[in-house]
Amino acid sequence: MSKIQQVNRRDFVKWVGLASGGILLGCNVSSDKKEFIAQRQGSFTPNLFVQIQKDGNIIIMASRSEMGQGIRTSLASAIADELEADWKYISVQQATGNSKYGNQNTDGSRSVRTMLLPMRKMGATAKFMLITAAARKWGIAETACEAEKHFIINKINGEKIFYGDLVDEAAKVEVPLEENITLKKVEEFKYIGKTLKSVDLKDFTHGTANYGVDVRIPDMKFAAIARCPVTFGTVRNFDKKMALQTPGVEDVFKLERVIPPTGQFFGALGGVAVIANNTWSAFQGKTNLSIEWNYGENESFNSEEFQEKLVQRVHQKGKLVSGSSGNVSAAFKESKNTIEATYTVPFLVHAPMEVPNATAWFKGNEIEVWAPVQDPQTARAELAHFFEIPLENITINVTFLGGGFGRKSKSDFVVEAVSLSKKIKAPVQVVWSREDDIQHSFYHATSAQYLKGSLDENGQVTGWLQRVGLPSIVSSFKPMSDFASGFELNQGFTNKPYNLANFRLENVKAESHLRIGWMRSVVHIHSAFGNNSFVDELAFAAKKDPLEFHLNLLGEDKLIKGKSDYPFDSKRLKNVSKTVAKKSNWGKKLPKGHGLGLAIHYSFYSYVATVVEVSSTEGKIKIENIWTAIDCGLVLNKDNVKNQLEGAAIFGMSLAMFGKITAKNGAVEQHNFYDYPMTRMKDTPNIEITIIDNMDTPPTGVGEPGVPVIAPAICNAIFNATGNRVRSLPLVDRGLV
Amino acid sequence: MKINLSINKKPHTLEVPSDMPLLWAIRDIVGLTGTKFGCGVSQCGACSVLIDGNLVKSCSIPASFAVGKEIFTIEGTSKTLEFLREAWNEGNVPQCGYCQSGQLMAATSLLDQINNPSDEEIDIAMSNNICRCGTYTRIKKAIHKAAALKNTSV
Repeated sequence: MSKIQQVNRRDFVKWVGLASGGILLGCNVSSDKKEFIAQRQGSFTPNLFVQIQKDGNIIIMASRSEMGQGIRTSLASAIADELEADWKYISVQQATGNSKYGNQNTDGSRSVRTMLLPMRKMGATAKFMLITAAARKWGIAETACEAEKHFIINKINGEKIFYGDLVDEAAKVEVPLEENITLKKVEEFKYIGKTLKSVDLKDFTHGTANYGVDVRIPDMKFAAIARCPVTFGTVRNFDKKMALQTPGVEDVFKLERVIPPTGQFFGALGGVAVIANNTWSAFQGKTNLSIEWNYGENESFNSEEFQEKLVQRVHQKGKLVSGSSGNVSAAFKESKNTIEATYTVPFLVHAPMEVPNATAWFKGNEIEVWAPVQDPQTARAELAHFFEIPLENITINVTFLGGGFGRKSKSDFVVEAVSLSKKIKAPVQVVWSREDDIQHSFYHATSAQYLKGSLDENGQVTGWLQRVGLPSIVSSFKPMSDFASGFELNQGFTNKPYNLANFRLENVKAESHLRIGWMRSVVHIHSAFGNNSFVDELAFAAKKDPLEFHLNLLGEDKLIKGKSDYPFDSKRLKNVSKTVAKKSNWGKKLPKGHGLGLAIHYSFYSYVATVVEVSSTEGKIKIENIWTAIDCGLVLNKDNVKNQLEGAAIFGMSLAMFGKITAKNGAVEQHNFYDYPMTRMKDTPNIEITIIDNMDTPPTGVGEPGVPVIAPAICNAIFNATGNRVRSLPLVDRGLV
Repeated sequence: MKINLSINKKPHTLEVPSDMPLLWAIRDIVGLTGTKFGCGVSQCGACSVLIDGNLVKSCSIPASFAVGKEIFTIEGTSKTLEFLREAWNEGNVPQCGYCQSGQLMAATSLLDQINNPSDEEIDIAMSNNICRCGTYTRIKKAIHKAAALKNTSV
């Protein structure tokens, strides 16, 4: 953060649309250094706001999208804490997509990590100004004043002034230099590290939270789009007669594919659009269409064959990945105990409860959008590019997201809505059916991994070879990107926590025939599954306890600095492992048919370990208990972190038990929750989350790191219970659930 | 076709296609958007409402089915629902919140039928509702809590 500045009221009204008086602060919160410098050199545009009103109410602008991770509450609480604000006066307003708010891309489990400090400074600055104002009023030194729960107290005579009564005076106070701001010590926190309930609870329990699909504009239309079953296929011809006869349907037309330029944006698939005066009629009209497609080059794609092909490829030499070390061939030759294993994960889809949707109004030289987007600035830039409208004439109103999980980072549905509005010259909401969502997503890649390891007489790992093949996310931006990229392999493949003298990683070819995207925890799903399953297999081969073996493999305590601000500390990984072992009573005598499985994984700079207990009855598995421990540094909102980790366990269970997208003749075969099932309450085990108290360390990721450990911990528990090693997900295909 | 519906004890006259499911009549015609679309095929429970006290998936019954009956949605209020809301607040249950309207409707139906449901009864009653964020343990706990609140209030 460079500096905090006061925003003049005229600008504030312009930006925020609020006209009430008070103090208003903005600051530069960009975490990107280049952007940071550019903004400092240019005219200063504050990009985040705290407004204190005369009635004492404080409005905090949330720049990140709310998709269930509780960010609106978390960011507000950091400001409120340093400001010594009374929580009951805090309300949160959602920012539109605009670079003046800094980076708004809500993914990568980084909102709290990158924004906690700027938010705290914002609160502390406002407090400083209120104290100065009170000191001037009383004619005493600032040091004789202190802030307490929405009042400034005169320490000399005990008099106090309400924040709201200070705003006129405080507005005249010059914004203090950053070095004059003192942040609170951990032991002084009132909200940070404690539990604050969601600021949106009332709306969530009364049906009044406005999600994308709930947007209603006067005279708006509703649209459904029939998209080609095969990725990037096009419309050859279509008959719209039946569709047009559907009650409520007003128009039917072909929608061209919007092809993104190489390297950026998402575009839109195109198809045949049905415009109606309600959602249902649009859906019905769509089913009444008859369309002939040109399926195009992806028509021959068959995901089962593709997975077999990947498995074959990982059994042959691949491209050497940098970060490999030592000589695995020599290690294998020397060892009397080598083992091999091949693991596969199918394609997966996010399936947020709220389907992709967007409402757009193309007004000629202006565009207004209301949509559940994780990355409103990319959506805005994309629209500016495709529709040749100046960026400043495009408004992206960010609604609540009914789940995101990475799907809503890709704003193809926004491009669709704007294309439709431009064509029909009216506001329109495009709504995907669940089938559309399942069949036309940006899929989490399938993968195959081959591992070979060697052990010495003492059961120490002497060599580790890993070959991996997975279609790359980059393929969605650059065609012909046929190998997993460096940033993908760096999610748990290259950056292993293990102490391995001889380690070799190879990357094999994997083409894309579906749109590939990122889903909650991304490539860590593959790496954590391969790594943790194989460590468990090695432990068994070495006749060692998996926990002891895993801890031993982490080696001596080490601190790896790396390129980020977050060094890897193996002690913390060991600590979460030992913690979860204790919580699960690891080593205890288990009832017949029960088994425990452990998985440990470092992702999004956080340290996570999970133990799962399963029971097996007549060949069917029940997940009985999940214990997860996380060290994510400073915890901003304790119960919220717990809620995220509980949810991550359920998300991980869904993919482990049921998650599988297949394609035949280029078309995705699943349709809805009946053939792409989710964990339900009846499947839900006891879940116990332990958060390591580490408040003096900067915060790291929370939303995603709880997911990768779940599938391998379940599979390791199944092995422990039954001796059956699951190397291919999901469990339902193995007949286990 | 023209139909009369009573939603949360308020009468509405609306013009709908004869096969329009109740969900879309409520959301798009009446304009009450608290009831959610999740799957359209009675799989996820996001669209759950009560009709004459019976839990139904509003995506899978025609609006005309509810003529002459009383429809209860998340915008409504009842003693049971208020206890559930209190328990939901206390347990900080929702994450994204999208499925919670349906969850609260299913839970209302459960507690209207069974005063003090067991874990198994909750599992059975609530397993028609999907929460992709995975708030199930909190929902279960909140239902127990609401049951306790309701039983001590009588």
